[in-house]
Amino acid sequence: MSGTPVIEMRNITKSFPGVKALRGVSFACGRGEVHALCGENGAGKSTLIKILSGVYKPNEGEVLIDGNVQHFTHPQHALLAGISVIYQEFSLLPERTVAQNLFLGREPRKNGLIDNRAMVEETRRVLGLFGVRHKIEPDTLVADLDVASQQMVEIAKAISLNAKVIVMDEPTAALNESECEVLFSLVDQLRASGTAIIYITHRMREVTRLADRVTVIKDGEATASFDHVPAPEVIVRAMVGRDIAEFYPEPAKPEDIGRTVLKVEKGSNYALREIDLELRAGEIVGFAGLQGAGRTALAMAIFGAVPFTGGAITFDGRSRTFSNPRDAIRAGIGMLSGDRKASGLVLMQSVRDNGMLTSRSFANAVGSAAANQFVDQAGMTALLDEMRVKAPSYDQEMRFLSGGNQQKAIVARWLALKPKLLIFIEPTRGIDVDAKASIYHLMRDLARAGTAVMMVSSDLPEILGASDRILVMREGTIVGEFDRSASEADLMLAATGEVEGAAA
Amino acid sequence: MNPAFAEPTGYMNYLKRVGALAILSAGALYVIVSGGFDLSVGSLMTLTVIGSSMLASNDPNSTYWIIPLMLGIGAVVGLINELVVSNLKVPSLIATLGMMISLNGVAFMWSGGAPRGYLPDTFRFFGRYNIPDVPLIGILPVAVICLAAFGLVLWWGMHRTNYGRMLHAVGDNPQAARLAGVPVKSVRISAFVISSLTAVLAGVILGGRAGVSVDIGSGFELQAITAAVIGGAQLLGGRGSVPATIAGALALEAIFTLLNLLGLAQPIRLVVQGLILIGAVAFATYQRKRVGR
Repeated sequence: MSGTPVIEMRNITKSFPGVKALRGVSFACGRGEVHALCGENGAGKSTLIKILSGVYKPNEGEVLIDGNVQHFTHPQHALLAGISVIYQEFSLLPERTVAQNLFLGREPRKNGLIDNRAMVEETRRVLGLFGVRHKIEPDTLVADLDVASQQMVEIAKAISLNAKVIVMDEPTAALNESECEVLFSLVDQLRASGTAIIYITHRMREVTRLADRVTVIKDGEATASFDHVPAPEVIVRAMVGRDIAEFYPEPAKPEDIGRTVLKVEKGSNYALREIDLELRAGEIVGFAGLQGAGRTALAMAIFGAVPFTGGAITFDGRSRTFSNPRDAIRAGIGMLSGDRKASGLVLMQSVRDNGMLTSRSFANAVGSAAANQFVDQAGMTALLDEMRVKAPSYDQEMRFLSGGNQQKAIVARWLALKPKLLIFIEPTRGIDVDAKASIYHLMRDLARAGTAVMMVSSDLPEILGASDRILVMREGTIVGEFDRSASEADLMLAATGEVEGAAA
Repeated sequence: MNPAFAEPTGYMNYLKRVGALAILSAGALYVIVSGGFDLSVGSLMTLTVIGSSMLASNDPNSTYWIIPLMLGIGAVVGLINELVVSNLKVPSLIATLGMMISLNGVAFMWSGGAPRGYLPDTFRFFGRYNIPDVPLIGILPVAVICLAAFGLVLWWGMHRTNYGRMLHAVGDNPQAARLAGVPVKSVRISAFVISSLTAVLAGVILGGRAGVSVDIGSGFELQAITAAVIGGAQLLGGRGSVPATIAGALALEAIFTLLNLLGLAQPIRLVVQGLILIGAVAFATYQRKRVGR
């Protein structure tokens, strides 16, 4: 890198009551450079970014833009200085159009009125810069866009603000494979146009694909910094502090796979059609496909949350209909929702209460909360210990736990009921590398104990690494069946419909 | 300091005065924890007092069927509240506001505009009677016994049962609760029914203490919410404590008593109550922001 970096952070230290979140972190990013910031959840990446964008003030250290020391006291200052941050949770207003969002608070005026035409034209120009002009119309409501398009709008907003520095905080968390590609080429374009990009991720593939330089943050310190992109193992070791042995566990052996637990014939509802599938005890079946292909809808239908309206379900040898989750849970099905915050966790309740929620729901309502026929407090403590949920105390509120620990606590919730089929939707979304491996091993242990496991995931390496059998969905039905020797390309082709997969 | 407060009898009278509000608040907390509001409780108290006085027609034996009947009416009111909220998708604030206005109207019609009739002594027993000559505390009002008993039951239901934990979960995140297998609908129905039943009980005690008037329960709904918020309850659900809410009611009544002693009038009392409600919510929000990051 030559010359003064566009953005530089020197010796940043930040403490919160009781925690030192950052210790002397230094970090720089130059023009036309993609600097990957890696680290596990809770390592301090987000705090660093919040200091950069003026949300927090550092206790020590300084932020420099083009070599000049800055004193941000409000996010607006950072924005005016040319720093745009694209957070995981978008800051768009859903009930306004794309153009209105782009120009929020700086609407162009003509004769004192908002110049709608200029706004729409400028929006179209910016969107055109990265080739999504035909996909996103300036006067669409943001609420009507899918997540990937919303992210495009966020990025377009940053561009239209002439941002010198764009910070992307795990931008692919909510994107599927093809959407990721669009994002990557967009990052390439931004780099070519001279923007400095700080790219936060813990997916090694993205680091390899995009980064020019890499900085690893661990426990609030910059533990490693590379002026080139090293091998993924090197980065992971710096993030985790040790090698990760056996990231994916061994697949099932043929003799591990037992009787059919769930059979769906001609299953259909508003989002699904002609669903024929069998899930067997001891087997992990991965469901791949694009967003909207019906994978989550299928999980919700099996779980009774949005039931099938046609077809037949045989569960555990008996013909069944599940018209709500309670029916399905009673029969022996559990589900871990993909969006843990929105539909998995009760965040203000304790870890133990989250773990016991389902068993309590099926116990006598006026019976003691301390124990029910499925599990008691001590039993739940043992289950949480077994899952290695890291929490200062299981009486701690759920919202203070990291994503991986939250996920493990919900697994404990289902284990208390000993389900015959457990459905995981995006089981490792937003979870750090180390915890990911433990979730895969956990799924495998469940399968070995005779549980049928259904895994819906948009992460192809995960699908291929953790499943015994893979079903690909497209347009509400199953279009292909693969074993784990398939390649990512095979799955993508089946998912996009360019080539039919092997007969299902 | 008022000498009345300086001896045990003074404290007992204070607890007696706060009994109705404390029970009401603990019941209203069920709806708050479930993620809703119940503004109909004050008018349900009025209806209980007016209806009971109309039905009693000075017959002391009527109490034994009037109170169960009123509890029945309360249960129906709670049920309707929830059905309107969940089936017609009317926010609970509005649904129960409508119920409040309607019930006030019903009470008014029932009384024919001016309350006639009296509550028999058997009915007023719960709110008015003091057990005399109790060692140490001097007197023991029946209302205080009622507060202790119902408080205990409501505490147990909220903090010691599976139902109580499900109630918290529903208020915290109804979608997550549903997918975890919580019977969200029945949990919500019972929360509204419990709230209405405690309103009837609070009405019985209040009527016993203060006698019959057409606006006897007015304002209690907001006092109950204020008491719950002072007790740390989270508006919009998911968090709340029965003992802390009862303590909140005690604190609120203590403040009112103090204002009375200072010779401030009813309008000031309202202003103070409003400020406390806003202040308590603002303080709670500030605390959560600070702690929750």
